Amino acid sequence: MGGDDLGAALGACRRAVVTSEEVWEALAEIPDPEIPVISIVDLGVVKNVDVADGTVCVDFTPTFLGCPALDTMRLAMEARIAELGATPDIRVHLDDSWSTDDITAEGREKLRMAGFAPPAPRAAGKLDLVQLERGFRCPYCGSTSTRLENLFGPTPCRSIRYCDDCRQPFEQFKTI
Amino acid sequence: MSERTELLLAIADDELILGWRNSEWTGIAPFLEEDVAFSSIAQNEIGHARALYELVAAELGTTADELAFDRSPEEYRSAPLVQLRRLEWARTIARHWLYETADEIRLAALKSSDDPEIAGLAAKMDREEAYHRMHADMWVDRLLATDEGRTRLEEAVEELWPYALGVLDDALRPELVARAREKLGQTLPEAEPIARGVHEAELAELWEEMTSVRRSAPAGARW
Repeated sequence: MGGDDLGAALGACRRAVVTSEEVWEALAEIPDPEIPVISIVDLGVVKNVDVADGTVCVDFTPTFLGCPALDTMRLAMEARIAELGATPDIRVHLDDSWSTDDITAEGREKLRMAGFAPPAPRAAGKLDLVQLERGFRCPYCGSTSTRLENLFGPTPCRSIRYCDDCRQPFEQFKTI
Repeated sequence: MSERTELLLAIADDELILGWRNSEWTGIAPFLEEDVAFSSIAQNEIGHARALYELVAAELGTTADELAFDRSPEEYRSAPLVQLRRLEWARTIARHWLYETADEIRLAALKSSDDPEIAGLAAKMDREEAYHRMHADMWVDRLLATDEGRTRLEEAVEELWPYALGVLDDALRPELVARAREKLGQTLPEAEPIARGVHEAELAELWEEMTSVRRSAPAGARW
């Protein structure tokens, strides 16, 4: 740039060649709006990133259809991609391409550290109460003397459990 | 309007109106757990309605909000079963079980649709609905376990049965009959279905309340 005054313009152009790795890194910094310990990448809702001609296409599958965090997530992704100097194109897929099995191992650990029992892996066949009533580990004391208190919780993605050992109610991410 | 749109709109209206009815327990359910449960179920149902309205809106060139709130009560295609206001526990559980069972039968059919948008959305909805069904089954079992519970549930099912038949079309209805016989173990009345197209007076009351905020604001208000 040799000391002339064109630096700013050249700097702006440089951002146009964003890579998909940079996009993944940027999206990994977006927290889940309702459980901010986990990022939307940990959550597994970002299915694919494609970069072409300054446009970043993101394929995104919502967790629960009634989750009010979905719009917040979409807007946050658009803002981060715009910050990278690219045009965001967020494609929302209302299909079966997400389940709680898509939460990453790291994401599950982050949930546990924050006091949420991670979801049980999906068993083959039909989900039933018997599977959900068994003793999942309490995220506070590690005991498995826990029981299902309510299939439903404060948000669509959570159930409420109770630990008979440390007498602490806790939330579990629902298996879907 | 295409057959596809009519089908999706009917299901969307069922989910919206039932979601609204379920939300009427928020704050006043007989137990805290049920207050949380019915509120959460309501949130799911309204989320399903929104997703379905979006598919319809794409075809009709409108928006999900306009479909949900800007039609007159007579234009809703919801089954009369979901329109009824039944703030009594045994009736609530009876309606809950009858609707969720009918919905499971309907979703199973939609999941095998040739239309990938419909099949994909139905599969996603079904994952959430599995929790509604576990909840409804648990409550039916609980009521059937005592004489008083059984009597009250039986009376409620008898009253609601013609409405329940009206949720499904002729092809799917026999499966509901079989499932209800198996689970409830009571004699189900011979009845003509109270089908879509009938508008209960309670729907107009619900509509007044549901659309009041939107009607109070000038068009184009941002929330």
